[in-house]
Amino acid sequence: MAEKEEKEKKPKVPRQKMPEQEPKVRARNFNEVPFGYTPELAQLESSRCLQCKKPKCIEGCPVEIDIPAFIKLIQEGDFDGSARKLKERNSLPAVCGRVCPQEDQCEKVCIVGKKDQPVAIGRLERFAADWERTKGTITIPEKAPSTGKKVAVVGSGPAGLTLAGDLILKGHEVTIFEALHKTGGVLIYGIPEFRLPKDIVQSEVNYLEKLGVKVECNCVIGRIETVDEILQEYDAVFLGLGAGLPQFLNVPGENYCGIYSANEYLTRSNLMKAYLFPKYDTPIARGKNVAVFGAGNVAMDSARTALRLGADTVRIIYRRSRDEMPARIEEVHHAEEEGVQFYLLTAPTKFLGDDNGWVTGVECLQMELGEPDESGRRRPVPIKGSEFQLECDLAVVAIGAGPNPLLPTQTQGLELNKRGYIVADLETGKTSKPGVWAGGDIVTGSATVILAMGAGRKAANSIHEYLMNK
Amino acid sequence: MHKITYKREMAEKTVCHLKVEAPRIARKAKPGQFVVLKVNETGERIPLTMGGTDPATGLIDLIFQVVGKSTALMRTLNVGDSIQDIIGPLGKPTHIENLGKVICVGGGTGVAVMYPITKAYKEAGNHVIAIIGSRTKDLLILEDEMKAASHDLRVTTDDGSYGIHGFVTDVLRKILDEQKDVKLIVGIGPVPMMKFLCKLTKEYGVRTMVSLNPIMVDATGMCGACRVTVGGKTKFCCVDGPEFDGHEVDYDELVKRQRAYLTEEKVSMEQFKTAGK
Ligand SMILES: Cc1cc2nc3c(=O)[nH]c(=O)nc-3n(C[C@H](O)[C@H](O)[C@H](O)COP(=O)(O)OP(=O)(O)OC[C@H]3O[C@@H](n4cnc5c(N)ncnc54)[C@H](O)[C@@H]3O)c2cc1C
Ligand SMILES: Cc1cc2nc3c(=O)[nH]c(=O)nc-3n(C[C@H](O)[C@H](O)[C@H](O)COP(=O)(O)OP(=O)(O)OC[C@H]3O[C@@H](n4cnc5c(N)ncnc54)[C@H](O)[C@@H]3O)c2cc1C
Ligand code: SF4
Ligand code: FES
Repeated sequence: MAEKEEKEKKPKVPRQKMPEQEPKVRARNFNEVPFGYTPELAQLESSRCLQCKKPKCIEGCPVEIDIPAFIKLIQEGDFDGSARKLKERNSLPAVCGRVCPQEDQCEKVCIVGKKDQPVAIGRLERFAADWERTKGTITIPEKAPSTGKKVAVVGSGPAGLTLAGDLILKGHEVTIFEALHKTGGVLIYGIPEFRLPKDIVQSEVNYLEKLGVKVECNCVIGRIETVDEILQEYDAVFLGLGAGLPQFLNVPGENYCGIYSANEYLTRSNLMKAYLFPKYDTPIARGKNVAVFGAGNVAMDSARTALRLGADTVRIIYRRSRDEMPARIEEVHHAEEEGVQFYLLTAPTKFLGDDNGWVTGVECLQMELGEPDESGRRRPVPIKGSEFQLECDLAVVAIGAGPNPLLPTQTQGLELNKRGYIVADLETGKTSKPGVWAGGDIVTGSATVILAMGAGRKAANSIHEYLMNK
Repeated sequence: MHKITYKREMAEKTVCHLKVEAPRIARKAKPGQFVVLKVNETGERIPLTMGGTDPATGLIDLIFQVVGKSTALMRTLNVGDSIQDIIGPLGKPTHIENLGKVICVGGGTGVAVMYPITKAYKEAGNHVIAIIGSRTKDLLILEDEMKAASHDLRVTTDDGSYGIHGFVTDVLRKILDEQKDVKLIVGIGPVPMMKFLCKLTKEYGVRTMVSLNPIMVDATGMCGACRVTVGGKTKFCCVDGPEFDGHEVDYDELVKRQRAYLTEEKVSMEQFKTAGK
């Protein structure tokens, strides 16, 4: 009955927009696109929440944040308290508020959404977390007394960071080993500055270090040390390796200069700060006509990066139709506003190049949608004789990623599936190898930040239980 | 931070040898492996082979030719200074076994990469003939070291100012004509040298390994910057290599890919010359 009552209520104020940079302006700079809510806007938006007795939104959240409670605290003006409430369930709210696909999660099921636009939960999450980080006081939670147990975390993406944060609070000694020279995984090397400012990621890691987590960068596990060697020194190991192996199109001419994997393109720009070349030493090709293959978040990020690096035209080339594009709606929308063009139902067949080995164009085929395939999406089939050429002096291949075999294939007793991902129990993260847990993209394949965090949390609980009974 | 404990300049200051503290890497590294380093916060990640390692002192040897901004910057570092990030050991180690007779051919700075491999083949019981070459006498490096690491060292210079007048390939051809029991040739140097060397050894049907040096970024297999075509297939040099069957490599593609950033490299170097950073 309570639900029915709620359904009939409709907030008096409309969903509050988040102020953001003008598309034309922002398409030429690397500053973050939205500015975030002001306290007034946040309070106005939070007043739209019905404080449901049976809040659907919590069910929609993979880590079950007490959403009405954190929203209520914003409404009451206790922004720090709101951030603390968020952090009870989510250790990276400033990140999730920015990159989670809320439209498919909490906001999708929000009761207000039945009659009106749903409460802007993500924007509110972002507001509270930003407030705490920049204006408020960050309270360091109490740590459980030391257990004397040691846990090694391989990989510092959202899965590893979440697990490290959970286990340090439970009194264990935690060391993160990261292959790159900076921590954060995709948050630092993949997602661009204009979507997730790197100082936010850094401050999350700093916070973990304040809690006592040790971080060792530049350690490629599998090379500098094997998992078995780590197990001699640590009581448990968590593998949060991500899915970092780039996939290519496997069409002729793909090794011409100027053709990047999205991983390389984004790593150069984000991790190495090539967008600030020559202040930073790492170069990046600045194309005039850029072709980006794929239509996920990674493709959108690549396309929007290319614009910011000065491209005249940026084309997303995707073999399926708009409905199948895997990117978040907001990202597609932002890309379109900024002038990215979409070539849908189009597949590349080969690259063209000049005598210096530079890419000059791509030959494509027009596709049409046929019968549904295993994924339930209608399979694109080429239309005979529909070949056409597009000019491009820079191409970015963003059609997905796989598991990097470097560590998994070198670790004896670690079961992998056919595609090379680590087999782990989805509830506990336990792998086939005693003392070894895994979670995040290396188990599920490329997924989302919040799912990786959820996997880190489940594995943390399982490791804690194991250590306390050991 | 990795402190520099030793510095020596060679080959008319075109080559520099540093010993750097990296104890964990020194303990683990095997011949043929390399590190990636980043000098400072704004630096580029560049790969360099370990010319040697000493687990006891925790030092690794880096021997590099000054070719651009990063290496020029590294040359300005002195004993007591530090390198911010060093990642390694990377790449597959050289597959060392006792085969009988092995020829190790090094050209230019490739000699530095060749040195630990030569030593390892000798220690594994092989009869090792080494051929090293440079354009001219003053650019020759590691002659004494290579002499000690092999049974028989031949030295060439392009201009005849020292050793045998000619290219390393000229000497190699002579040896292959005379000695029919060569089991393996390892060639490391500039791409054109490796290309011609492999053309030659293919004629003689002797297995030849080369060490490739494409542009790299992460060097852990996550970006594909280092793709090379070997036997018609794309390989990631940083994890599948750096050593490959020399008869299968597409050298023309490699050269083109190495030249992808010539314009930017010039900009970097100009800025370094004027601003010193
Ligand atoms: C460009 C891009 C945009 C994205 N946008 C979004 C978005 O908007 N919203 C969203 O929810 N998700 C997004 N995703 C997906 C999301 O980022 C990932 O699902 C998530 O980061 C996975 O987390 P993880 O902890 O499993 O691994 P990762 O974040 O991949 O981190 C793995 C870490 O492990 C390290 N590592 C790997 N092997 C070793 C080794 N042998 N030794 C030591 N360290 C190792 C890696 O260097 C890396 O730092 C995006 C992904 C990309 C690439
Ligand atoms: C596995 C491997 C081992 C190597 N070992 C040695 C060694 O022991 N001694 C040595 O002198 N050199 C070695 N090199 C080459 C060395 O990495 C380059 O000379 C160096 O990166 C040049 O940087 P720079 O900024 O001084 O010059 P730049 O002006 O930036 O470049 C000069 C040339 O060096 C190459 N280069 C540039 N950036 C990179 C990069 N990130 N990765 C690889 N090559 C690049 C390019 O072909 C370029 O044209 C090795 C390369 C590889 C891949
Ligand atoms: S956010 Fe939506 S579903 Fe959740 S409590 Fe508020 S109104 Fe209800
Ligand atoms: S350098 Fe990135 S995959 Fe080899």
